[in-house]
Amino acid sequence: MIPAKLVTVVLGGQLLGIDVTQVQDVIRLGAVSPVPLAPRWIAGVMNLRGRIVTAIDLRARFGLSPRQDRAGSMCVVVEHKGEPYGFIVDDVGDVIDVDPEQIEPNPPTLDRRWQQVSDGIVKLDVLMVLASVRAIMDADLAVAA
Amino acid sequence: MDELLGDFLTETAENLQTVDNEIVLFERDPGNRDVLNNIFRLVHTIKGTCGFLNLPRLERLAHAAETVLGKVRDGQAQVTPAVVSETLSAIDGIKVILAALEASGKEPAGDDEAQIARLNAAIAAPEAPKAEFAPEAVPSLEQDAAAGRGIQSIRVSVALLEQLMTTVSELVLTRNELLQHLRTLKDDRLAVPLQRLSAQVGELQESVMRTRMQPISNAWNVLPRLVRSLSVELGKPIELDMQGGETELDRQLLELIKDPLAHMVRNAADHGIEAAEQRMASGKDARGRIVLKAAQEGGHIVITLADDGRGIDVARLKAKAVALRLLTETDAAQLSAQQAQRLVFHPGLSTADEVTSVSGRGVGMDVVRANIEKIGGAIDIESTAGKGTQFTIRIPLTLAILPALIVASGGQRFAVPQMAVVELVRVGANSEHVVEYVNNAAVMRLRGRLLPLIHLGTLLGIGDGRGGGDYVLIARAGNISFGLIVDNIFDTEEVVVKPVAPILKTLSVYSGNAILGDGAVIMILDANGIAASLGIAGESDVSDALEAPVRDAAQETDAMLLFRAGSPHPKAVPLSLVARLEEFDAAAIEWSEGRPVVQYRDALVPLLAVDGTLTPRVEGRQPALIFDDGTSLVALMVDEVLDIVDTHVDICMTSDLPARLGTAVIAGRATEILDVAHYLSRAGSTAAPAEDKGGRRVLIVDDSAFFRNMLKPLLASAGYRAMTAASADEALALRESGECFDLILSDIEMPGLSGVDFARAVRGDDRWRETPLVALSSLAGEEHVRQGEAAGFDQYVAKFDRSRLLDAVARQFKGEAA
Repeated sequence: MIPAKLVTVVLGGQLLGIDVTQVQDVIRLGAVSPVPLAPRWIAGVMNLRGRIVTAIDLRARFGLSPRQDRAGSMCVVVEHKGEPYGFIVDDVGDVIDVDPEQIEPNPPTLDRRWQQVSDGIVKLDVLMVLASVRAIMDADLAVAA
Repeated sequence: MDELLGDFLTETAENLQTVDNEIVLFERDPGNRDVLNNIFRLVHTIKGTCGFLNLPRLERLAHAAETVLGKVRDGQAQVTPAVVSETLSAIDGIKVILAALEASGKEPAGDDEAQIARLNAAIAAPEAPKAEFAPEAVPSLEQDAAAGRGIQSIRVSVALLEQLMTTVSELVLTRNELLQHLRTLKDDRLAVPLQRLSAQVGELQESVMRTRMQPISNAWNVLPRLVRSLSVELGKPIELDMQGGETELDRQLLELIKDPLAHMVRNAADHGIEAAEQRMASGKDARGRIVLKAAQEGGHIVITLADDGRGIDVARLKAKAVALRLLTETDAAQLSAQQAQRLVFHPGLSTADEVTSVSGRGVGMDVVRANIEKIGGAIDIESTAGKGTQFTIRIPLTLAILPALIVASGGQRFAVPQMAVVELVRVGANSEHVVEYVNNAAVMRLRGRLLPLIHLGTLLGIGDGRGGGDYVLIARAGNISFGLIVDNIFDTEEVVVKPVAPILKTLSVYSGNAILGDGAVIMILDANGIAASLGIAGESDVSDALEAPVRDAAQETDAMLLFRAGSPHPKAVPLSLVARLEEFDAAAIEWSEGRPVVQYRDALVPLLAVDGTLTPRVEGRQPALIFDDGTSLVALMVDEVLDIVDTHVDICMTSDLPARLGTAVIAGRATEILDVAHYLSRAGSTAAPAEDKGGRRVLIVDDSAFFRNMLKPLLASAGYRAMTAASADEALALRESGECFDLILSDIEMPGLSGVDFARAVRGDDRWRETPLVALSSLAGEEHVRQGEAAGFDQYVAKFDRSRLLDAVARQFKGEAA
């Protein structure tokens, strides 16, 4: 199913789109308590108005180098299988409408890890990756090339 | 639905439940006027209200029941089982009508003339004189006393209570947050009112929690009726004894344990308790007994349900598990009796061969276990063939709020449930306690015992491990205690526990997470999970019996104390044989008849060297291992204690030296295993010289080469002729080859035939039937002893208890002579 509206976010200079129907909240990243022994891409747990949300380091998940300082990062709270997860991203942009015509399959040259978490490429002025929340949360992602 | 009718239905439902119990009580004690009056009054109320609401069918039936009860009350009729049964059945009829009323708001069509006729017939029938119903002792019910008191309570909807609870939980968090801010602000004007607010919120929380608490008897009050009808249906007299019904439990938990309990009672009545003839044949009271007890133990409620029935047939259970392909035959053979009993918690296993209308369909105990674990509880089973079965359920008092200790490690905070914390110890320079290292393992001496320690930071991969840890939190997981080294300990805080996200579920060291007063999220550590992740989970760990039966039985491990003495090569003794580790001041070492001695616990204890070459230190402190067999004490000088390892000891090379059992590979190094018995025998003149026991033949059956090698010389030095077998099968092969023994010592936990099965095999054949059998086991719990004795063991001795072992052997022979 192709989403009609996307929340745009920036991750390491790349534009990503997340299906707006899966997004519950967009917040400025606050205090995150790390969870020792958890996978590296799980940044920790945080308090979102009395709810405990698991924070996902999206850079680590996409195989990008970590940001030196998380201060100023944004957090997109999505729901996956009934649980809230906070995707830590560099910045959050507008909500945009997409036309199915604008979406094309992943180019085969795309990094394997990105292939897994991308549901396709949206042709805007710049190209945007259609992020797959399901794949980000579930897939045993290939080691970044 | 009419509001009036709604009220009537709610009230009647409650009244009916009371009537059920009162009637069962009444049957047992027909002379009790109070009970009779209560029943009569309740039925009368139902009838009266029916007339008012125009419910003719219900009224007619209630009237008939009232008439019967009235006659009994006035002494015009006797209480007979028929009267009780028909009254109960009439009440069931009332319930059916009420259910239909509730669903449709109208009385269902139909009539109850047949029931009414039976009711009337029951009192008309000539019956045995009243004297036959000798009054039995009946536990006095609180209702008796409470009857007649005015109404002291009002009805509040559960949803409202829940909402109140949630709000109060949030209020507690907000208060905690305020208190945190106050600490940084240090504003005196706020301090006093905030303190007051804090206390009031605390009281409020407690009161609200109490509104959710209900006596556990609320979950029980359906049971007497259940047992009574089961008793009639199954044709077995069964008595239900309930103790501790006043124990209070969170309402939510109460709801959740109601069905599991009813199911377990049904099981106990159906296939726990035998038929009356069978019971009498085995010398039991014809009347089966089910005892249900509840008590509060700390933050837990412990419920036990025991029957005095036939117990669980372990062999049949195993066979069934094999037939259902849950276990292979080899796995099944290696399960200990206790592990095998836990198979009842496995889906699809039910020991009843016949499916009755009551139970035996194999759905149940797995669901019971799942339901109990869902609420953070645990269930265990203990069963003795022929004697009965007891289930023990532990559940937390409440689900909502958990008092937890906040600790810090590696710059992060963690919560430890107060329940798991035994004590806190400060370590370091100014404390009497120090963290010591044997090899790289941290330990601490606590009241003469060595406690294994874990650096929380190292465990979690945060922080460098050594240094910084100033506090040791002693935690308990099952039967195992261990110390967690942390950097800092803060307050206790009450936290609202929330489960961790599914992607973190695999991390067994956490049991949940929570939001602290300052708004930060904290991970809650799970002591059981930590113990398990370190592989130090104890016997008591009721993990799945099916998971790893082989490891437990075949690879029996022993805790060995490794040390150096006299030479650089490591030496070892079983830790369980070491009474204490001591360090004597060199100045305190005295000499007597050319041998070094120390004064220890008001006695002179010889200071022995491993090989006679080591002389005590002349300055500083002399470390020594103290061995104590109850009659003599010796101190064995060592250079240093290296480590304590839990390992499977397999002696690869035997030794000619008197003080050695041989050499084994421990922690990757060839290690000499010392014979503690040798040193104890040198304790001095107190030990009598080994008398000739006439060459009595003793068979030792143990799968551990280490023990066979330790026991054989021990028995030989006591004057017996010992032979060994590495398994029960090997021992039975000796029987086939015509060997005879004066005594058999057998291990319990063995791969293949267990000791208990072995005992049955020995007792089941004429050749060795009369040979005294002594069980050797590291598991010497009461339950094990019972099981062992039931299988044919004459005596039970803890494996490491040398003096008691020799004692037991001597006693068996004495018994034979007498």
